Amino acid sequence: MSLDLPLIWAAIIAIAVMMYVMLDGFDLGIGILFPFARSPAERDLMMASVAPVWDGNETWLVLGGGGLFAAFPAAYAALLPALYPPVLAMLLGLILRGVAFEFRARSRARGRALWTAAFAGGSVVATSAQGLVLGGFIQGVILKDGGFAGRPFDWLSTYTLLVAAGLVAGYALLGAGWLIWRTEGELQQRARRWAWLALPAVAVLLAAVSFATLLVHPEVAARWGWRGDGFDLKGLARLSPIPLLGAAGLALAAFGLRRRSHGWPFAGALLVFLSGYLGLAAGFFPYVVPYMLTFRQAANADNALALLLVGAAILLPAIIGYSFWVYWIFRGKVTADAGYH
Amino acid sequence: MHLDALMLSRLQFAFTIAFHIIFPSFTIGLASFLAVLEGLWLSTRNEAFKILYLFWIKIFAISFGMGVVTGVVMSYEIGTNWSVFSAAAAPVIGPLLAFEVLTAFFLEASFLGVMLFGWRKVGPRLHFAATVLVAAGTLISAFWIISANSWMQYPTGYVRLANGALRAVDWAEVIFSPTLPIRLVHMVLAAFLTTSLVVGAGSAWRLLKDPDDEESCLALKMAIGMFAIVAPLQLLAGDMSGKQVLELQPAKLAAIEAFWDTKTEQAFHVVAWPDRATASNRWEVSIPKLGSLITSGDVGTEIQSLKAFEPADRSPVAVVFWAFRVMVGLGLAMIGLGLWGGILCWRGGLGQARLFLAATIAMGPAGFVAVVAGWIVAEVGRQPYVIYGVLRTADAVSPVTGGEVSASLIAFMAIYALIFTAGALYILRLIDEGPQARGTSQPMTPRPPGYALAAAPDEPGAAP
Repeated sequence: MSLDLPLIWAAIIAIAVMMYVMLDGFDLGIGILFPFARSPAERDLMMASVAPVWDGNETWLVLGGGGLFAAFPAAYAALLPALYPPVLAMLLGLILRGVAFEFRARSRARGRALWTAAFAGGSVVATSAQGLVLGGFIQGVILKDGGFAGRPFDWLSTYTLLVAAGLVAGYALLGAGWLIWRTEGELQQRARRWAWLALPAVAVLLAAVSFATLLVHPEVAARWGWRGDGFDLKGLARLSPIPLLGAAGLALAAFGLRRRSHGWPFAGALLVFLSGYLGLAAGFFPYVVPYMLTFRQAANADNALALLLVGAAILLPAIIGYSFWVYWIFRGKVTADAGYH
Repeated sequence: MHLDALMLSRLQFAFTIAFHIIFPSFTIGLASFLAVLEGLWLSTRNEAFKILYLFWIKIFAISFGMGVVTGVVMSYEIGTNWSVFSAAAAPVIGPLLAFEVLTAFFLEASFLGVMLFGWRKVGPRLHFAATVLVAAGTLISAFWIISANSWMQYPTGYVRLANGALRAVDWAEVIFSPTLPIRLVHMVLAAFLTTSLVVGAGSAWRLLKDPDDEESCLALKMAIGMFAIVAPLQLLAGDMSGKQVLELQPAKLAAIEAFWDTKTEQAFHVVAWPDRATASNRWEVSIPKLGSLITSGDVGTEIQSLKAFEPADRSPVAVVFWAFRVMVGLGLAMIGLGLWGGILCWRGGLGQARLFLAATIAMGPAGFVAVVAGWIVAEVGRQPYVIYGVLRTADAVSPVTGGEVSASLIAFMAIYALIFTAGALYILRLIDEGPQARGTSQPMTPRPPGYALAAAPDEPGAAP
């Protein structure tokens, strides 16, 4: 067999994480925007727009974790202890916002206020924690003999805080884009305003994170053509489609907002995330622990990867197929009677 | 007890997994119950089944959501707290856990959306298919997790390489390790028992308040039918599992029964105070010879006992001994309840049998307690190993600090206490209102799948 199993699995895990970021991104974004809704009815509608799909979206995160464990155990075992506090904070945030879907619908006055707060707070905590995890991952982890050998708060820095802020703004933009697509009337109007506020924040933070990454990682800077005293234009040109894609996404979102389009702002926001993700890949491939461990070093035994691939080759297309079908079932504008409670 | 990162990680894992298993052991059974209800409604058009479906699906949604969010924790905690274990075990059981995500989690999560919110979006048959797929997903999930756990209990189909790493050599032996079949049966039966006891208790509660509640009477009969049949079967499955433990994990069996000396004609200790320090039972109430008979089926069998193992290789005996007795005691009570209920169903007058109804209510949580006790037997009983005979728990922990783990453990305890209280409150409130409720928190009259629901919310700002 000549299949490059580690490479295939690196691609599968990368796609799973990207699916997660884009899909759970918009429903976490709904949580981030929750406090800014005008009325309880508006919040009900926001929640109803994602209620049928949030669970499926979050499953991509389980695939990211479970898949990393199964395909790149050395990376899983190195990264998670290093990022212990933000990973645990993310999980706790996801618990609070996850139970809020049912609990909020079942509660009475005081309970409802509590679960409204838990949905918003849990979403913000989970998103910020994901930003800290991402930032901590990018800035690197100290390993010794394959295990984490750094200090408990290595992941906390100005850089990681900047990434966290960027992700909160980014998810808010995705959430607003989703609402523009899936709601109408006053709420849609309000979502447009939220998108107008989030868009410049995303543009500024994305640029700031991009430049900060060059400062944090000389190796990444070198890939983008930075020679220490000036840019090597050839290197830069080769990767320039990635930032251009991000710029196009921002422009598409802005254009869609101006034209009062329903779908384009969301599509633009997704493009921005895609460009950021590709930027990461360009900066770090083939490392799964940046500049410490490549995906080949971290890969599981070939026979395990082969067995996994047989399963994934059958199951992933089916999963993508029925996930798409579920989105299709729930297409169109969400209405006030969408629930079953 | 020294509270270092290892001890705290063990406490945290025990706490989070024990909390998590409560929900799957309920939703595995409840999903199947819902599939049966919807199937019966579609085939008989008896409205009572539809009313019951629409009632229990609300309780299902709450429990399932809690199971999902506490389950996501598990897939990361293996790495955050047990990174040495995950690096060592992944070449063998990595694919099993990944297959659980691919075959079960996506299926459940995606079709749950259709099951809960798809009433007017799909036809009745497709809706029924969604319910069946969710139920199938819960069972598939149980298969993979028991498969991985069974391998950790008695690893087969692998080799240890020169550098100490593990490699699978026979996937069939890894996935279908010897303890898988009976442990899977034991767990699935436990889930069905747990669910039927909750359904029985909820329905009994309604009948105490209103003896003419027809739907609750029907549900109670279905629940009695389930636990009257399954509880004796479970005793059988448990006994088979125990015989396998005797053969494959003798140290665990000895701890379960607090056998210290290897001999024939072991006495059965009904209750005892096992003490690891003195390697004996401080006191015991015993029945002569019965121990050998129960564990092996033959009084003359020599049962290998705790002193045959180094003190460092013995599990915390008292915990295992008592957890086992809690599980079996509750199991026997369930069999009794099933017999009693069966007789009442046969003779009639179920709705008036207040003592039985009260007993059924009291037994409502028994399944959960028995499941957690059973898992304590399984997991504490194989200590000090996390992979039996291969990797010790003490060597499996992550390089994290006690400070980090104590902070996360406290956070887990606080948040789990909050969500448990709220979840239990909302479920009990629903049960108190009953299937026929048209009260404040239930805006709609039950409608069949595929029909328009009443659109008007019951109160301004009511949830969807």
